[in-house]
Amino acid sequence: MRQPLLRLEGLTKAYPGVLANDDISFQIGTGQIHALLGENGAGKSTLVKMIFGLVAPDKGRMTLRDQAYAPAQPSEARQNGVAMVFQHFSLFDALDVAENVALGMEKPPALRDLAKRIRDVSEDYGLPLDPYRLVGELSAGERQRVEIVRCLLQDPKLLIMDEPTSVLTPQEVEILFRTLRQLSSEGTSILYISHKLEEIRALCDEATILRNGRKVATCDPREKSARELAELMVGQVLTPPERPAKPKGEVLLSVENLSLKSNNPFGTSLKDISFRLHAGEVLGIAGVAGNGQDELLLMLSGEILSPSGQVRLKGQPIGQLGPNARRVRGLVTAPEERLGHAAAPDMSLTANALLSGAKRKGLVKHGFIDWAKTDIFAHAVIAKFDVRTPGSHVLARALSGGNLQKFVIGREIELAPDVIVVNQPTWGVDASAAAFIRQALLDLASAGAGVLVISQDLDELLEVADSFAALNEGRLTATRPAKGLSVEAIGLMMGGAGDMHVAHEAAE
Amino acid sequence: MILGSINPAVLIAALMVAATPILLAAIGELVVEKAGVLNLGVEGMMIMGACLGFIVAVNTGSPFIGFIGAALAGMALSLLFALLTQALMTNQVASGLALTLFGLGLTALLGQQYVGVTPPRTPKLDLGFLSDIPFLGRAFFSHDIVIYLTIALVAAVWWFLKYSRAGMILRAVGENHDAAHALGYHVKRVRTLAIMFGGACAGLGGAYLSLIRVPQWTEGMTVGAGWIALALVVFASWRPWRALAGAYLFGGVVVLQLNLQAAGVRIPVEYLSMSPYLITIAVLVFISSGKSRASSTAPGSLNRPFHASN
Repeated sequence: MRQPLLRLEGLTKAYPGVLANDDISFQIGTGQIHALLGENGAGKSTLVKMIFGLVAPDKGRMTLRDQAYAPAQPSEARQNGVAMVFQHFSLFDALDVAENVALGMEKPPALRDLAKRIRDVSEDYGLPLDPYRLVGELSAGERQRVEIVRCLLQDPKLLIMDEPTSVLTPQEVEILFRTLRQLSSEGTSILYISHKLEEIRALCDEATILRNGRKVATCDPREKSARELAELMVGQVLTPPERPAKPKGEVLLSVENLSLKSNNPFGTSLKDISFRLHAGEVLGIAGVAGNGQDELLLMLSGEILSPSGQVRLKGQPIGQLGPNARRVRGLVTAPEERLGHAAAPDMSLTANALLSGAKRKGLVKHGFIDWAKTDIFAHAVIAKFDVRTPGSHVLARALSGGNLQKFVIGREIELAPDVIVVNQPTWGVDASAAAFIRQALLDLASAGAGVLVISQDLDELLEVADSFAALNEGRLTATRPAKGLSVEAIGLMMGGAGDMHVAHEAAE
Repeated sequence: MILGSINPAVLIAALMVAATPILLAAIGELVVEKAGVLNLGVEGMMIMGACLGFIVAVNTGSPFIGFIGAALAGMALSLLFALLTQALMTNQVASGLALTLFGLGLTALLGQQYVGVTPPRTPKLDLGFLSDIPFLGRAFFSHDIVIYLTIALVAAVWWFLKYSRAGMILRAVGENHDAAHALGYHVKRVRTLAIMFGGACAGLGGAYLSLIRVPQWTEGMTVGAGWIALALVVFASWRPWRALAGAYLFGGVVVLQLNLQAAGVRIPVEYLSMSPYLITIAVLVFISSGKSRASSTAPGSLNRPFHASN
């Protein structure tokens, strides 16, 4: 048994109305990679915030290297050798890499020395970084490197990583894992938070699983199957989505050689996009965030107009039609950003149901809203898609991410579309809700609709998609059948110009 | 030609005097905005400084103590803003506008007995032989000390923001308050301190108007200087030296307008009065055209209220 580094005993934290953590005990060994596994809302982030000193526990205690450990704030945690790589919200776009690193350190050296140390450390661990670039100009993978290097410079004893791979390509994940294993062999403990089971099985020595604020198990993830872990996490038996094999139908949606400038100065313009979506088909589009996903969705939804003939729905040109006209013709979309794009945060669910259902459901008569009918529509969505809410009068922003996502996707599916386009349908949604949404999309496809799923979650795409393409810097690869496609092959597609990449490596 | 009656050295000297109040207020507001707070109460804090600085200077006979009083008065009003926006989470725009209206009203009341009174004179700084240099001496080296201190303050703010750790934390708080909070920085404390600094600067700017530039107290005497200062911050794209350049440009326009009037040129002065705002709008359009780097755009968390979610 390894020397324990951090021991948690009976940690409890209650918020008004919720017991976020209930009597949680486990320990992390020196040099161990310990996974913390759980659905959204299982209490992972509260637990981590207690370890990092952002939240004080109500009860229980922590011991670090046999010493009582109760950090009152993050700086105290850092002084004790605890460092954290955040999932979101921890970098400053308008500041350069060195400044971002300095902000995360207790006693940073002068910026010039720091720049040199950043270079040294980043090269030692295979994470190249230029200290003088503005963080706002970096890719997601590079931004994460900034956070990791920031932690490494403080020579941490315990490194906490919160969902580190959600924004990375498979190749970048491999580099990250290599770095983490190197750290572990040098004696740094790692607390790895994730809900991606395969990653945990590949990387971690031990896993603690949380459900509803309680610890359910501590186990060796390599001795369990991903399915067993998932069931521990969710607390119920999961049924993978079913999809009966069906022959492809006629072409419903086609895009031909479309290039389109992004309407956002920091966006990615679409370059020469072509694809076809058939009836009954689920087309999955992979890609790391910021490679044109948003623009693709906007182009299909009608929020960005395109030359008339290059986008066709059931053979009819729709490029010059706006979103409502496209909805009427049977093309609906559900964008990634739930609050503010898919739903109006400060409006009730009923009003939100009206916003996209007005035309197709006939909710507006002679310029007046038929509220009774709209409310019936909203209730139908809530009931059918198991949206947990006190009622349809509730504001959209009051719903949890998973529930709102079920509502938003359900609302579009209830419109009985011919084609549905969704971007990140299960982003930040817990496992059971995610399974539900995927099943609903598959059901829609088997009923004869065309489904286009844009997602950064490869496991999700491999689960639902019949055919597969990847976006890279605004270009879309050729569509391939999903069956038999390896993760490596997908990774290369996502990295751009798949075959060239291989040739390039061979030449080196 | 009539324009010949304008003496360039005097024009430059007057320009520096005209620019100093708005520069003081702007450099304060720049720091406030860098911390992610939009305080539209600059005009109110300036008039508070102008009024209280005047009252203190008259009663003590010392313009120096007057300036201190002005800084404290501006700071007191800004603390009210900090209390409203940082502790009570009110809307920054509405609170700032209220602050301006409140300041104008309160000073009209406080200053009633001081209309027409002459304040103690602020001495010119004796720079010895420098002041005797032809042209340059008249233009640059025959001013009161406040003008030079203001330039030093711009340099200090530039250094603070660019090189000091505290300045880096302040920029971080303004850029992304959630991230700053996650790293363990005290967002509200930093913002409150920045707001107080902004208030003190605005107060000093106001006192410069009532004690040196005019020098007299009249109700509502700032006549929009606070708004020009706000425009100036945007014009400068949140950079201290550009604020200095902008203030001298705006100050130049004001002085030129007076001189042109005196010289009898037939351009309606309204066109010149408008020009600072037109320039600011042009700069705004230029900034938002997306060609500029991220470092020259508005702080990411500007005007967004911060509420720690745990």
